[in-house]
Amino acid sequence: MSKSAGFMRALKCRECGREYPLEATHVCEFDFGPLEVVYDYDKIKKSMTKAALAKRPETMWRFRELLPVAEEPTVGTRVGYTPLVKADRLAKWLGVREAWVKNDAVNYPTLSFKDRVVSVALSRAKELGFKTVACASTGNLANSVAANAASAGLDAIVFIPADLEEGKILNSLIYGARVVSIRGHYDEVNRLCAEIAGKYGWAFVNVNMRPYYAEGSKSMAYEVTEQLDWKLPQHTVVPMASGSLLTKIHKGYQELIQLGLAKDTKPTVHGAQATGCSPISVAYKQGMDFFKPVKPDTIAKSLAIGTPADGFYALKVMKETGGASDDVTDQEIREAMSALAECEGIFTETAGGVTVGVAKKLVASGKIPAEDSVVICITGNGLKTLDAVQGHVGKPAEIKPSLREFEQLIESDNKIKSK
Amino acid sequence: MAATIRIPTPLRKLTNEQETAEVESATVGAAIDELEGKFPGIKERLVGEDGEVRRFVNVYVNEEDIRFLKNQDTPLKDGDDVSIIPAIAGG
Repeated sequence: MSKSAGFMRALKCRECGREYPLEATHVCEFDFGPLEVVYDYDKIKKSMTKAALAKRPETMWRFRELLPVAEEPTVGTRVGYTPLVKADRLAKWLGVREAWVKNDAVNYPTLSFKDRVVSVALSRAKELGFKTVACASTGNLANSVAANAASAGLDAIVFIPADLEEGKILNSLIYGARVVSIRGHYDEVNRLCAEIAGKYGWAFVNVNMRPYYAEGSKSMAYEVTEQLDWKLPQHTVVPMASGSLLTKIHKGYQELIQLGLAKDTKPTVHGAQATGCSPISVAYKQGMDFFKPVKPDTIAKSLAIGTPADGFYALKVMKETGGASDDVTDQEIREAMSALAECEGIFTETAGGVTVGVAKKLVASGKIPAEDSVVICITGNGLKTLDAVQGHVGKPAEIKPSLREFEQLIESDNKIKSK
Repeated sequence: MAATIRIPTPLRKLTNEQETAEVESATVGAAIDELEGKFPGIKERLVGEDGEVRRFVNVYVNEEDIRFLKNQDTPLKDGDDVSIIPAIAGG
């Protein structure tokens, strides 16, 4: 491969191992298996030492050698390095010794983990000469593509299901992106985009750019590990939509082991889904190695993928690492969102409710032993899914601007009195 | 009667870059065999040794995944659109 490939070597089929040039292509011509970026790890080992890392700015791009761009990144250069919060009060609620929250609800600039994958995909798209970027999205990805494309001067076309939360739709429109709303669920949006991607010369971040895009998720694993002083977490609980984030977090841990940056303490990775869209968790519970597609019906719309592209690999990772999978109902999702907010002051979207709720279930069932430590990946911000909690979190106490009324209120109000 | 099969980019080398093909078959399974007659080698890309559609291939008849219909027994009629799409996309 030429010098301009940076630390990348080729694209390689995960199934048959055939190699392809580092272009905008995502499936193997022979078996339709996913293409993945392979790197020159010997070269990376020399360049990405702990001493070198200590001098770099606190963004996800400090791990630049392990991210698939040939040159220095040009889009989303300030993304990542979100807080890893020690969550003692949440640990108590979960019933576990120690809990940490990786808080991508405050990722820059669009408040979800998607800024990680998008900054990689758009940086690479520019390297490959694209002027227009596109995606199929359940909302957060569209927001991130729209915002990052705007700042990079790229044209953006984002495809979403028509029934998305209002907040997520506005959060794409504001950046001037062309928003195409499809009357159907995400899997139908995705199928249409797979057909469109072959027809137009656009960089579809999660279709033809997917091998690069998906690698961005690994940065969450690198950051968590460095934030834990280069110790891999015992347990990581990850929300699953396509299953890609879970497989990439696992890959991130394995790369750190391979590079000698972390000791192999056999990290366990668990996957969380909503009961209303749980093809992967159902397959896990039935001991199957492949899922059965479903039609989603859940308030966790950002996870509502009934035909998860990486479902097969997510099941494999959970099996290999001793991880487990479970799912939670809409009611449990809301309760877990409230628990995270009340315990840690972190307002996550419905997907975060899924992750926290499933973590609690996994502790209760002993899949995460009570004496262990767990990292919970919070991937999105609650301000984007206000509709989901509207009417479920109480109402403000409304009074006249009168001291008498306030005193009457405080007499009768347990919530104020108890403080 | 004829249904239209849309050929995905990774398979177009087998169809001389032809993007669609017309088939007369009455089911999806039979249509795949018919396609094999026209473009030898295409069937093994779509169907595994167990006779099932491969793990990373999704087949749709008029926008519906055949796994929600009758899989390869899903009937085809005049004017139907069949899409063959790599499963690895999205998320």
